[in-house]
Amino acid sequence: MSKTLLELRRYPSAVAGLAIIGLLVGISMYTVIAIPYHDAIRLWRGGEQLWLENPRNARPVWMNLLPGVNLPRTLVVSSASAPRHEEPVGGGVRRITMSLPFDFSSRGFPQELAIFFDAAFATAAPHVTVGWRRPDGSVIRLTELAVESKGIYRISSDQHLQQELGGRPEVMLFADPSAPQQPLRGRYELVLDGFLFEEGSRLEARLIVYGQVHGLAGTDHQRRDLMIALLWGTPIAMAFGLLAAVGTSVSTLVIAAIGVWYGRWIDGLIQRVTEVNLILPGLPILIMIGTLYSRSIWVILGLVIILGVFGGIKGNRALFLQIKEAPYIEAARAYGAGNLRVVLRYMLPRVIPVLVPSFVTAIPSFVFLEATLAVLGLGDPAVPTWGKVLEDAYRSGALFVGYYYWVLEPAALLMVSGLGFTMLGFALDRVVNPRLREV
Amino acid sequence: MPDDVLLSVRDLHTWFELRRWGFVRVGFVRAVDGITFDLRRGEALAVVGESGCGKSTLAKTILGLHLPTRGEIVFDGRTVQSQENLRWFHSRVGYVQQDPYGALAPFMNVQRILEEPLVINGMADRDARVRRIRGVLEEVKLTPVDDFLPRYPHMLSGGQQQRLVVARAAILEPQLIIADEPVSMLDASVRVEILQLLRGLQERYGLSLIYITHDLSTVRHFCERVFVMYGGMIIEQAPVANLLQNPRHPYTQALLAAIPDPDPENATRFREVPPGEPPSLLHPPSGCRFHPRCPAFMPGTCDVNIPTNFEPSAGHRVACWLYDESRQVAAKAPPRP
Repeated sequence: MSKTLLELRRYPSAVAGLAIIGLLVGISMYTVIAIPYHDAIRLWRGGEQLWLENPRNARPVWMNLLPGVNLPRTLVVSSASAPRHEEPVGGGVRRITMSLPFDFSSRGFPQELAIFFDAAFATAAPHVTVGWRRPDGSVIRLTELAVESKGIYRISSDQHLQQELGGRPEVMLFADPSAPQQPLRGRYELVLDGFLFEEGSRLEARLIVYGQVHGLAGTDHQRRDLMIALLWGTPIAMAFGLLAAVGTSVSTLVIAAIGVWYGRWIDGLIQRVTEVNLILPGLPILIMIGTLYSRSIWVILGLVIILGVFGGIKGNRALFLQIKEAPYIEAARAYGAGNLRVVLRYMLPRVIPVLVPSFVTAIPSFVFLEATLAVLGLGDPAVPTWGKVLEDAYRSGALFVGYYYWVLEPAALLMVSGLGFTMLGFALDRVVNPRLREV
Repeated sequence: MPDDVLLSVRDLHTWFELRRWGFVRVGFVRAVDGITFDLRRGEALAVVGESGCGKSTLAKTILGLHLPTRGEIVFDGRTVQSQENLRWFHSRVGYVQQDPYGALAPFMNVQRILEEPLVINGMADRDARVRRIRGVLEEVKLTPVDDFLPRYPHMLSGGQQQRLVVARAAILEPQLIIADEPVSMLDASVRVEILQLLRGLQERYGLSLIYITHDLSTVRHFCERVFVMYGGMIIEQAPVANLLQNPRHPYTQALLAAIPDPDPENATRFREVPPGEPPSLLHPPSGCRFHPRCPAFMPGTCDVNIPTNFEPSAGHRVACWLYDESRQVAAKAPPRP
């Protein structure tokens, strides 16, 4: 075994493959430790409430590294640190003036604008006028409203404002009058001017200027950070591929060996089952079970193994038939080795090195199968996987709308993991089947 | 059964069923077809015959690797039949095969190869196993032992591999070793070495030996008795000197004539080889199986009845109608080459 590893170093593809696999395993371990499963599930299924401050369908931040791209990030301006002015006007009523300043220097418009209020009052809600001061000094009055305790004023969705401005607020509020395609750069200010009607009343506000980029992976249509799904997809894909490959190859091997060794009706039975299995359509069966019975990843895994067990038997059987007649097995029987010992100690060790490469290359095919099922809408609804990201992207028409990152990120991960295992598998194949070696 | 008989084979048949579509019986390949003999303790016995005459099947049937269709094998007073007796029997025979490399599991090292028979036959004490392995390796001269223990078969030469196979056959201290063409795949230079090794083991421990070969020239110094097999049957059996000097069966005579002789005259001399091919074991010829190729073929006799054993001289038996004294045809025996 150590000899095989040493020999693998001679193949650059094996080294690259091992590096990729190592990276994926590293990511998996980091993910499982850094984002415990329950947190991941909570974050992924939390819906929009958890992700209120994330932009929708934002591209990854590193898009800004591309030449000529300068998209805004999300800005959060809180009144807690902003200058404010309060003065009593009599009768317990106070006039409050707050200004929430921020610098805007991007070439792209923000995606959305919203103000999150946090007000405390007993019966009479604070009343504010919202104003918008642009870098050129002009002030636009946005609206006037009575603040609820956890109220949200979505500037972008204000129909009146849109009519008044003659366009989408997040664009019109930023547009340079001389060049309407460009935002005006400089210091903006949100001005809140209002009244608190009660002694104990309190008012805080946060302005969120939603950007067009977010995080390393971007966000999806539900404002979720895709990073969670991409990270958690890694251990799930690795585990699924590995378990399915181990499950199918080990059981195939043992069943083929038993069939060949005992022969007669046992072999016949295994052969017939194999032939029936050959014509069973695997994917439709998986879809049927997923639709009618369960979409749990464990059920799918079990089904994949059961359908796969009889898939590789013919090839293994050919190998074993050859080995069965080997003189060393005759010799073993002549000194009294029993059936089980012959199968496990004399036949299996002979084929395992030959089957390791195909085992390694089988792992990504199961990863792809899981992703395929997810894209078809049959992924486990509970767990975030690469396939589910693809499914969401597909359902939202990501490619038509131009959200390429949404499709390319999970696809790249799938391809890279496939590449890693395949390169290692091919190199292993050369090591254990010397006839394939380059001369 | 006399006490000095170790192995007694009675009327042994090993037929392989041929089927079509898995259930229609087409016939039987009669690889071993009625063989009876006794092997004494300490005796070396050679079985000779051309390829396909059933000699390897005979060896494998005796070893329990093929199930006999009919007949009985008695070893040391016990019938080898039940699973239990077969286990007991397997711990008392050694088996040396033709292809030394194929006979050794390529993924086991020397120590593991020699340990397997001991483990299987219940030697639980590790130290005792190692002692026994060292002893047997010295016996077959694979020394220094420590150099060889961790090696794998592909790191050994052909001769060393075959000595390892002999060591494995001897490691259970058997009473009988069956050697199936043990030297036919080896270089001429190491053949003698292996044969002497087997002979040495046999003499030192008084074990019996069945030596199967197609090469009569190696038999001379090695065995006491020779069986000649043809078409699944023993057609002649005799002490080795007797057979080599005075072969009776026309087939044996042809075999002996076919031994190459390093004589320059041979290059120009016409050699009479029996025409034809080895008999089909699926549809054997009627009567004597050799009759289609026999130079002394007697129509009406040889192709009708299977010859019984005649004993033209003491200890020399031959299954050929030429020696049927009641027919008074012995005089017609062809001259020996």
